[in-house]
Formats: sequence, structure tokens, C-alpha cells
Amino acid sequence: MKPIYVDNNATTQVAPKVLEAMLPYFREYYGNPSSMHTFGGQVGPKIREAREQVAELVGANADEILFTSCGSESDNTAIHSALTSNPEKRHIVISRVEHPAIRSLVASLSKQGYRISEIPVDSQGHLNLEKLQESLTQDTAIVSIMWANNETGVIFPIEKIAEMVHRHGIIFHTDAVQAVGKIPVNLRNTTIDMLSLSGHKLHAAKGIGALFIRKGTKFSPFLIGGHQERGRRAGTENVPGIIGLGAGCQLAKENMDQENSRVRKLRNHLEKELLYRIPNSVVNGDPLQRLPNTSNISFEFVEGESILLMLNEFNICASSGSACTSGSLEPSHVIRAMGVPFTMAHGSIRFSLSIYNTREEVDFIIEKLPPVIERLRLMSPFGNQGNKACTLQ
Amino acid sequence: MWEYTDKVKEHFLNPKNVGEVENPDGVGDVGSIACGDALYLTFKLDEQGHIADAKFKTFGCASAIASASALTELIKGKTLEEAEKITNQEIANYLGGLPKEKMHCSVMGQEALEQAIASCRGTEVKKAEGEIICECFGVTDKEIEQAVRENGLKTVEDVTNYTKAGGGCERCHDDIRKLIAKVRGETSPEEKKPLTNIQKIKLIEETIEREIRPSLQQDGGNIELVDIIGNRVQVATRGACASCPSAPITMKSLVEAKLREFVSPDLVVEEVSS
Repeated sequence: MKPIYVDNNATTQVAPKVLEAMLPYFREYYGNPSSMHTFGGQVGPKIREAREQVAELVGANADEILFTSCGSESDNTAIHSALTSNPEKRHIVISRVEHPAIRSLVASLSKQGYRISEIPVDSQGHLNLEKLQESLTQDTAIVSIMWANNETGVIFPIEKIAEMVHRHGIIFHTDAVQAVGKIPVNLRNTTIDMLSLSGHKLHAAKGIGALFIRKGTKFSPFLIGGHQERGRRAGTENVPGIIGLGAGCQLAKENMDQENSRVRKLRNHLEKELLYRIPNSVVNGDPLQRLPNTSNISFEFVEGESILLMLNEFNICASSGSACTSGSLEPSHVIRAMGVPFTMAHGSIRFSLSIYNTREEVDFIIEKLPPVIERLRLMSPFGNQGNKACTLQ
Repeated sequence: MWEYTDKVKEHFLNPKNVGEVENPDGVGDVGSIACGDALYLTFKLDEQGHIADAKFKTFGCASAIASASALTELIKGKTLEEAEKITNQEIANYLGGLPKEKMHCSVMGQEALEQAIASCRGTEVKKAEGEIICECFGVTDKEIEQAVRENGLKTVEDVTNYTKAGGGCERCHDDIRKLIAKVRGETSPEEKKPLTNIQKIKLIEETIEREIRPSLQQDGGNIELVDIIGNRVQVATRGACASCPSAPITMKSLVEAKLREFVSPDLVVEEVSS
């Protein structure tokens, strides 16, 4: 049975067209673009083309795009570059709901003496812009705020935030790994200095990412070695990955309307039906300022891992912010930052759709999930409270 | 993804004995929603004092549900005396093992059982007294010490896996480390690192200076460390001690006793002249 895959914020299926574009670069054109011979050298123009495709999707110039191995590398490179370029500044500002690629990195930097400010969010997942404004000082080397949240899908007003940060002459980076490909991103008329994106979140392959670095931004490389990427990132190019990312970005541009209409409708249908059929269920994050594909719902009085494993029996693939699934003991930092009560926090499930999901699949989830929640609530010592409300409604 | 055994999956997907026993003789209620798992255990005894029926309700992950299911199966038919011997390890073994990060689920089972047995006997449910070490999960030093002792835990990570202590803000990690050292010191002195000769000499000198010399000097006496050969500590008496008839007794009851207490229990003190 084909899996019903609604975990697209974790990773996506490689689009057939992307795979097709990549295959010749494994089979035939396996040369090294740095080589002097035509066989290797002919790959160079193809990389340039891919760079243009990526730039096109985010409204940048091709020479502002740096290929990396993943979103995390892009994030690390951006922060590292800002700190190295401003060695006298020792302060970093991030949000409380950043991806671990940023959170763990700055946690390790704080041990090296950097001061970190984490900007809180409200119960809807919106960033506290006043707190952000207050946190900016002359000592601030970089502000890094994600464009859209991977768990809730909540979108931050990044253009506005970049503007605010820029007025203080501070470098602004955004982790846009979840935003690029799902919502329109146009860097041209913004003051964003750096932006991270990742291939496998937009139907390209794993192991390829990119960092946008605005022309004129001081840059210091993270990986040192060869002259690749104009000396900004050493290491022989991941040619098939780059070609695939280019193709994926082109495809994302073509599918942007579909993502924002058909996928959004599917997501809304799923969400509406689940909330209707399952008492004591609540959407986490602002339902309006949200990625079109993401729905994060808490089912009160049940635990996320149990829900996921029961869904797994139906080959439904989702994810959870529950403590038990991650191996940590506390529920997701994103859910906690929003002040979601513990009765809700442990039972949060994230559904993240893609253009490959169908109405039938969504209806299948709508059919299978309510009995799972009911069964787990019957098993739970607190479950009476959950299912009792069922009769009240 | 967790690597659960088939037995865990079976007890999670088709748990045995879900629910509440009517008019239970024993009730155990542990954990909370905030902690991420909770277990409500009830059982009933038959006329011979065997556990005739046992049921559970669990809020938690797959392994918490499976552990509770396993627990009810394990205790059925047992007397209270037999049931109270069940350890968390036996619950885990019954399931063919649990991922180490999930061992706290089996501990929760054991705790619920302990509480249920106590309630059945009408004794006050003995709440682990002691000082809270992990504030995030409300775990006391006594609970940590017990887990370390019963499961032979060695690292903070082990303790977190079994008791949850240290799984939140991590501020208590140093305290947990100290508790592990304390318990392991108590239960396995052979694992204590032996002192090097230099450490031993220094420690003996310090002990004489701090614990022994002041009381001798009160009586106008003194001793001097002459040599250390293996476990034999050779000292010479000075001042009033040199001519004191009870000096040999002092050697045993004070000098040797103190050195054994503070340095090593196998030391022998010898008096030499020089």
C-alpha cells in the first residue's frame, strides 16, 4: 500500500522531472566542472543555469546564490560569516522558535562568550516585534529569524523585520527553508542580507541547499579549501544535486499557484473535518498567517507518539511535537514558546501536505484519525475529560 | 523512529487489561500530563490474597502503554509479596526490552505497582522523601539514588532515561553526577580508583595534621610520620607521647582509627624509633 505522506515539512518526494534532470549527471556528465578538459568543463554552464533557476525563484541575481550541502550548512555559514566579518560584535538575536540548525548553533556560540537574545512569540506564534526592536544594540552582529515555522507553518513578516534590523545597520539572515517553494519569496525589494533554502523541502534531492548573499554583504567562507563557488565555499560541486535544485526551483515556481490554491484547500478541508469530528482539538498557530500546506493540531489528553504509531498502522505518515517522539522529554520548543498548556502540548500532530496529496488521501485520514484519538482517550486516565466533551458538543 | 520489539508493538496496539477494576483493593496513580505520561493502576484480590484482576489506564507513548499492559499481565495471580518483588527491569524484559530512552516507562509501571500495593495494605503510600534535584520533572535525590542502585546506572543520560531527571533545563546535571558517584561509591568500593602513592602520602600527612596532631598536642605530645611501606604507616612519637605509658593504645584508637577512616581501611600503624 502506497504511504499517505503528509510529512512534507520533514522532507519531500523528489519530483519526477527533477530526477530526470539529475540522472544524466550521474551517468554521463560525471566530470568535474573545475577540470580543463571539455568533458568536465561542459558541466559549468549547466551549474550556471541552475544558479539562475534558484535566483529566479527567490528574486535574486545568480551571483548572489551560493550552493551548500543543506539548509543547516547555509544557516551555519550565514551566522559564521556575520560573526567573522564583525569580530568586535558579540551579540546575536534569534527567535525562540528557530530550527535547531540555528538554536543549537547559537547555544554553542553562547558558550564561547557570545550574548544571545531570544525573541518570544505569542500564543498565535507571532513574533514580538517590540521585543525585537528593544534587543537591537550596537554590539549586535546578526539577527536571524526564520521566514516560516517548520512546526506550525506560521509566517513572520520578514520584509518588515529586515527593514527594522537594517535601520540599525545590523546584518539580517532568514532561514527560509520552509517558505521557499511554498509561498512567494521576492528578495529584490527587501533588505534581507542572507537567506537559507534547502532542496529536499521543495521536491529536489537531499544533500543540496543554497545561501543567498546580497551583493555587497561582507562574507567570510565557512568551508575552506578549493576555489569553488568563487572561493566562497570549498568542495567539489554536488553537480547532480545542483542541477536537481535548479529544476526543483523552476518547478516550484510553476506550481506556486497550485500550492497556494489546491493544496491550501486540501489542508483546510483536513483541518476543518478533524476539528469538527474530534472534540478538544485545537490548531496551533495563527490559522491565517500560515503556510498553505501546514496544519498543526493538538488533541487534548492524548500523547503524540501513540497517535503517530496508530496512524502508522494505516501507513499514514505525519509527525509530532510530542516529547516522546524526539527522544527528549519535553514537548517541542515551538509549542512551548507559544504557551500551549501541557494537556495539549504532548498531543500535537503536524500534517504537512504537498502537491502530490489527493483528496482521497485526505479523506482517508479524516476517516481513520477520529477513532484513533477516541481509543487513546479511552485508554487514558484523563481521557474521560476528552471524550466526555464529545457528548457535550 | 524507535526500534520497538514486536512484543512492545503487540502490547501497544492490542493492550491487555485496559480500564478500571470495580471496587479495587489496590490503586496506584503516578505521573501527570505535564510530565508527558501517567499511569492509573487498579487491582482486586481474591479470597486467597492473590491478585485476581488488574487493569490500567495510561496517558503516554507506545512504550508507556505497552509497559502498563505488561505490568498487569505480570502481577495477575501473584500475592502481594510476590508482586512487590517485580522490578522495572522485569517489566522491560517481559516486553523483550525497551529502547534505553524509554526505560522510564517501565519505572513508572513499578512505581504504580508499589503505590497500589501500599494502598491495598492500608499503609501510608510511602512517597519518596528527600530533596528535589530535577525541578523540571520533580525528581528527588532518593528516587535518583534508587534508580542508580537498582539498575546500575553510570551516566547522567542513563539517569534521565530511567527517571526523566535532567531531561529538561539540564541545570541539575552536576547534582546528578554527584549522586551517581555517591551511590556507586557506596555499592561498589572496588570501583573506587586506588590512590597513587603520592596521593596516599599527602592524604596521610593531611589527616595527621588535621585530625590527629591537634588532640595529641593538647596533652603536650606529638607524632611524626617516618615512612610508608605499602599499607604500613610508620610513625615516631614525640614530646609527652614518647614517655606516655598509654601511647600504644593511642596509636591504635586514635592514629590508626583516623587514618583508616580518612585514608584507607587497610592501613596499619607501626611505631618506630627515630
